[in-house]
Amino acid sequence: MNKQTKKKQSSRIRSVFQWRKKDEKVMSLFLTAGYPELGATAELILGLEKSGAEMIELGMPFSDPLADGPTIQYASNVAIENGITMDKIFGMVQEVRKSSQIPIILMGYINPVLRYGIEPFCEKAAQSGVDGLIIPDAPIEESSMLARSARANNLDLIYLVAPNSTDGRMKRIDEHSSGFVYCVSVTGVTGARQGDEVARSVDRFIGRVNKNVIKNPKMVGFGIKNHEDAKIISKKVDGFIVGSALIDSIRSFYPNNEWKRNVFTFVKDLKYGDHQKHKE
Amino acid sequence: MKYSAPTKQGYFGKYGGKFVPEILIPALEELEVAYKEADNDPLFQKQYHDLLEEYVGRPTKLTYADRLTEHYGRAKIYLKREDLCHTGAHKINNAIGQLLLARKMGKSRIIAETGAGQHGVATATACAKFGFECVIYMGAEDMERQKLNVERMKLLGAEVREVTSGSQTLKDATNEAIRDWVTNVDDTFYIIGSVVGPHPYPMMTRNFHRVIGEETKKQLKISEGRTPDYLLACVGGGSNAIGFFYPFIDDTNVKMIGIEAAGLGADTNQTAATLTIGTPGVLHGSLSYLLHNNEGQVQLAHSISAGLDYPGIGPEHSHLHDTKRVYYYGVTDQQAMEAVQLISKKEGIIPAIETAHALAYLETLMPLTQKDQIVVVNFSGRGDKDMRTISDWFFSRKNG
Repeated sequence: MNKQTKKKQSSRIRSVFQWRKKDEKVMSLFLTAGYPELGATAELILGLEKSGAEMIELGMPFSDPLADGPTIQYASNVAIENGITMDKIFGMVQEVRKSSQIPIILMGYINPVLRYGIEPFCEKAAQSGVDGLIIPDAPIEESSMLARSARANNLDLIYLVAPNSTDGRMKRIDEHSSGFVYCVSVTGVTGARQGDEVARSVDRFIGRVNKNVIKNPKMVGFGIKNHEDAKIISKKVDGFIVGSALIDSIRSFYPNNEWKRNVFTFVKDLKYGDHQKHKE
Repeated sequence: MKYSAPTKQGYFGKYGGKFVPEILIPALEELEVAYKEADNDPLFQKQYHDLLEEYVGRPTKLTYADRLTEHYGRAKIYLKREDLCHTGAHKINNAIGQLLLARKMGKSRIIAETGAGQHGVATATACAKFGFECVIYMGAEDMERQKLNVERMKLLGAEVREVTSGSQTLKDATNEAIRDWVTNVDDTFYIIGSVVGPHPYPMMTRNFHRVIGEETKKQLKISEGRTPDYLLACVGGGSNAIGFFYPFIDDTNVKMIGIEAAGLGADTNQTAATLTIGTPGVLHGSLSYLLHNNEGQVQLAHSISAGLDYPGIGPEHSHLHDTKRVYYYGVTDQQAMEAVQLISKKEGIIPAIETAHALAYLETLMPLTQKDQIVVVNFSGRGDKDMRTISDWFFSRKNG
């Protein structure tokens, strides 16, 4: 393990955790590539960064997103109808890399990756400036080839732990992961939830995560819809991930004139809370 | 070498596996352990076989189709009468088996997906018999073309949830059922209706259907004193076919043919002929042949038969296709509907449109056979549920 860590270049993902202020949580945002327009993705990412995002999970749309709720299903459909392709996603990342070093993680289902070819996919992703991968339907037992290719191309491979993962399983997932471990706060599909639904069960789960996941930083996600949720849920981990609530926000403002500005305001609120939004 | 699949990891050759979100991994592991126990538990097996006998009506008959045999004037044709199972199709073999397992595991809530509605009806029936809460996911388009089955499920006490995403057929009903499972994984058992899905489902569902082939073997031994020359079955996900084929896999003199739905033709984009024109990919938790475009987006299948209207296929069929142990061919909507008419008139049995796909292939196969040979067709279901589609088809053709 140590040998590998040494060989690896210092990753953009790792430095986000290294340099985070002690009391500040890392905010990672999930955005579906090609939603609401193909041309908007790169610009959105840059704007999200300016509004407080420290990492981006860029969703690779799939026709049958069986771990996603209605919000991300909708965004994926729109993106596919817009004509999204894997090469266009790589192009979007290249575009962002002209002016930003924000870590970008590609997140999506295994089938489009397999269809592209695991090796060409990892090579092209790395060349485009991608930092890591999250493939939720490729658990550790199904991703040995992906892991090999990702490692060869210096891409972090991030696995998920769930509330029903056993202690032993959490340890194995920590061992296989690099970058961070994604903690799924509730069983279920993606989607914004009522705050107390998430908070109720999450304490015990995070307690177990902190006991078992010791090699990697921990990010918690699923169901977070505002600053208060984020604060409570990420109290004992390194940061939080918001996806569906961001897509919902885009969906509510698009295509009004000011839609991007309104979305960025939502993101600032998410990061700093309502009352602090005029501080910057 | 004796056939043995899947591997411990759930692979049939290079197909299968467990491509599911982490949340489902503990559930699949729990299921695997429980199933293995049940498979080796004489008491469980006795319960299962008693129910098949007393409730489902097994063994189903092996009927000699004399008029159909005479029609082709070649090999003898036998029909394995799964249409005589309670609820009208083979699906109940598996629904009963999985429900017993759910009960053994202490689950209180049952969910299932359905295409033609046969698996939904079978599951709703088993749930009624055992007093389980039952939710069935069904595509809006399928609810329209299989209205009768929707009414049956409701009468049996199941809640039928309409699925309006995507193609509004079996593929999307399966997506929704999996989303439900991910959300309610603690108390819910997902009864998958075909030999698809993550390991151990393809193996488990096959094993609950292998009774079809085992009975066929015994019955033919009694009536003809030998094994058949050809087995013929339709394939959507492939559960009736695998249950029929599996006990014969090591009998190398038995040729096996699986019939896919070619829709308007395997050379059109209105087809469900997965093995004929698909390539390997992952859908609903396993790696198998799949209809998808260059970007890996799953394509909409088309077949007049709701039960075969699926862009994927069970991983074991992909393996049997690659190893050429089973040959797979496509039959169009048109050919299947002609077979519905022919079999109804010649044998006095109205086949399900799914089953008619297998029967339609007799047109191609029979001229190649000899009089001293034997062909057995798995008559997977009866056609009552399809009466509206059937009469619409012949009515519009007469007027078109």
